[in-house]
Amino acid sequence: MRKRITAGLLLICLLFVLTGCHGKQSKSGFSVPEHFDDQTPVEIVFWAKNDTNKNQVAVYQQAIDGFQALYPNVTVNMRLYTDYSRIYNDVITNISTNTTPNVCITYPDHIATYLTGSNTVAALDDLMDDPRYGLGGSEVRFDAPTKAEIVPEFLQECKIGEHTYAMPYMRSTEALYINEDYVQKLGYEVPEVPTWDFVWEVSEKAMEQDENGLFKVNGQKVLIPFIYKSTDNMMISMLKQLDAPYSTDEGEILIFNDTTQSLLEEIYIHGKSRAFSTFAISSYPGNFLNAGQCIFAIDSTAGATWMGSEAPMLDIHEEQVVPFHTKVTMIPQFDPEKPKMISQGPSVCVFSKENSQEVLASWLFVQYLLSNEIQLGYAETEGYLPVTRKALESDEYTDYLARAGEDNKEHYRVKIEASKLLMENTKNTFVTPVFNGSASLRAAAGQLIENTVKGARRKQEMNDAFIEKLYSEVSSLYRLDQISGNQQARTIPTGSWVLLGTIAAVWVVIAIFKLREAKKNKTKQ
Amino acid sequence: MKKILALVLALALVACASLALADEVKVMTKEEFDAAAIDDPVCIEAYVQANQSWWDGKIKLYLQDENNAGYFVYDMACTEEEAEKLTVPGTKIRVSGYKAEWSGEIEIIDAKFEILEAEPFVTAPEDMTDLLGKDELINHMNEKVAFKGLKVAPSKVEGKDDEFPFLYAWDGSGSRESNSDLYFNVEKDGKTYTFTVESYLCGAVTEVYANVEELKIGDTIDCEGFLYWYNGANPHITSVTVTEPAAE
Repeated sequence: MRKRITAGLLLICLLFVLTGCHGKQSKSGFSVPEHFDDQTPVEIVFWAKNDTNKNQVAVYQQAIDGFQALYPNVTVNMRLYTDYSRIYNDVITNISTNTTPNVCITYPDHIATYLTGSNTVAALDDLMDDPRYGLGGSEVRFDAPTKAEIVPEFLQECKIGEHTYAMPYMRSTEALYINEDYVQKLGYEVPEVPTWDFVWEVSEKAMEQDENGLFKVNGQKVLIPFIYKSTDNMMISMLKQLDAPYSTDEGEILIFNDTTQSLLEEIYIHGKSRAFSTFAISSYPGNFLNAGQCIFAIDSTAGATWMGSEAPMLDIHEEQVVPFHTKVTMIPQFDPEKPKMISQGPSVCVFSKENSQEVLASWLFVQYLLSNEIQLGYAETEGYLPVTRKALESDEYTDYLARAGEDNKEHYRVKIEASKLLMENTKNTFVTPVFNGSASLRAAAGQLIENTVKGARRKQEMNDAFIEKLYSEVSSLYRLDQISGNQQARTIPTGSWVLLGTIAAVWVVIAIFKLREAKKNKTKQ
Repeated sequence: MKKILALVLALALVACASLALADEVKVMTKEEFDAAAIDDPVCIEAYVQANQSWWDGKIKLYLQDENNAGYFVYDMACTEEEAEKLTVPGTKIRVSGYKAEWSGEIEIIDAKFEILEAEPFVTAPEDMTDLLGKDELINHMNEKVAFKGLKVAPSKVEGKDDEFPFLYAWDGSGSRESNSDLYFNVEKDGKTYTFTVESYLCGAVTEVYANVEELKIGDTIDCEGFLYWYNGANPHITSVTVTEPAAE
């Protein structure tokens, strides 16, 4: 009798634990409600990011107005950011107080960190596939894209592990914006796909000065032939192009390797000669480019409206602008036959909330951001690419692309060429593995270049000791030693640990009873 | 043998100490700082006048010494506890780092600091109105300055004819809720200059932010702030007083 009671208690315990896990999973996985309640008022908070661009803000507002007109019981409150890292930090702060927004513009790298909190970001798999409220669902009150109409490469980027945690919102890549006049003046022609060797060679050639200390190519006192905006991307792209280690999908850090060292040694040479610099060290590449003080400027295609002497956006005084022809190409490659460029740009995630209607309303708003009106409106503010085939293949977008160069505002040639660059190379894009800590690794990749260029400018010697110290400092700064190799253990959810612990405890109790039974039998004998 | 060993050890100790001292840069005067090349190591002593908010383990400081030499320290690593001490106006610190230039702004980067024992010193702003638009203004970069008798000029948003006394963010894309920087134009002797309320220095909760939001085109104002540089003079304004309201 006692055995039966004990076994029953253990079973109840186990069921309780299993039920607890199931409940949690269903909460974070989110069960789609039977119906959308369009009577009860719902407020959703949307944290948006813009590139300090009023046209983008206007498109967000247009999205809110349009959505609220279709769903009058939903109010969308927007908070604007101009910096991804600020959103990232604010979300992390708000996770601890359970005050996350409902919808947030973000990067998958950041979501991986958010997911370490319990019940934070909603998995969108069930929502996407729901026949009524899913992508292009029957109950959706606007012309939303179907799942098949989202560019598969972009959707795949939002998958972390087995689940999709975000929808792509806009995509961009990096472009090489070239002062073609200066390249020709130096005796070169810009190849269709520039190589790193080409860019370094022309940059060094441009450093020649006259007897008055003026650079021969531009006749000015200032020239930084090659400036890279995002050194994170620079290192990541170079490693990818060389098929060199960066990290494993599980989060093992592999960046501190010989290929990285040889890349840094090359960068050091051009940092020392001052033929190369970075945004962090010198300032915006576009400002130098437009002032005739830079020949090769690498920046996002989402910054194309700032690039070129006829750019609609200008951050320097008009009298400082030097007229030149701007050529837009892909970033330099090691192997032009197998080009590789990064895929980047904002995605949008939905945060888990107790009120399932709030989550559903948030999801519907996310879908609204994918409608043609918003996709085209936002993409045309910069060199972005819409993320749906529905928008990409629309007559409106085809017409927009065809009108490149018609004016220097909406149809600014450089901007449209930047968009086309990604459109024609979507298959050549890549993203880096996403895991808790991948955002730190990305920052560390850039820091290696920044510190190398600073070291070169500060007359430090490049040798093995320099690299060893650099690796050690950067690893420590971004706590990479706490990420490497521990990802598998870190990614096991708390619920799983509880379950495993309980099973172990159950076995221990069973073993104790077995032992006691055996002892009793022995005593009887 | 023991004596020789002791001597060798003593010499090694002296050599190590000398090397360590050689690595340290001596405290510079403003003239020495100005003479240093970009990327050279620098070391100065000055008093904290203001700061941009501590974030991500870093802080930006506006410093000035008794001789009115102004310095801007960019993203100096410090803990939040250290930041609390550093942000007390008048605190004297020694800063060692590297001289850098970013969009024309001369700053100290990759800096380390030491809080020094000293009587607090907070400088009074020096009137630079007469230097507005003149090349000599650059000689006062990073100093606390005042500009007087300026007229608020209209700001415009691209694509619209409306005129505004100020903009949230440079192109009007920001908002008070987002704690955006404020941009406003001022006119003096027929020339227009753009001033900024840098929100990490004076955010939406500050008096100057509210005062700028109340400005009207045509108001005559006195301003105080730090002479920051961004592709030209771009003062970070900390105080605005309307001396003569615009005619109704």
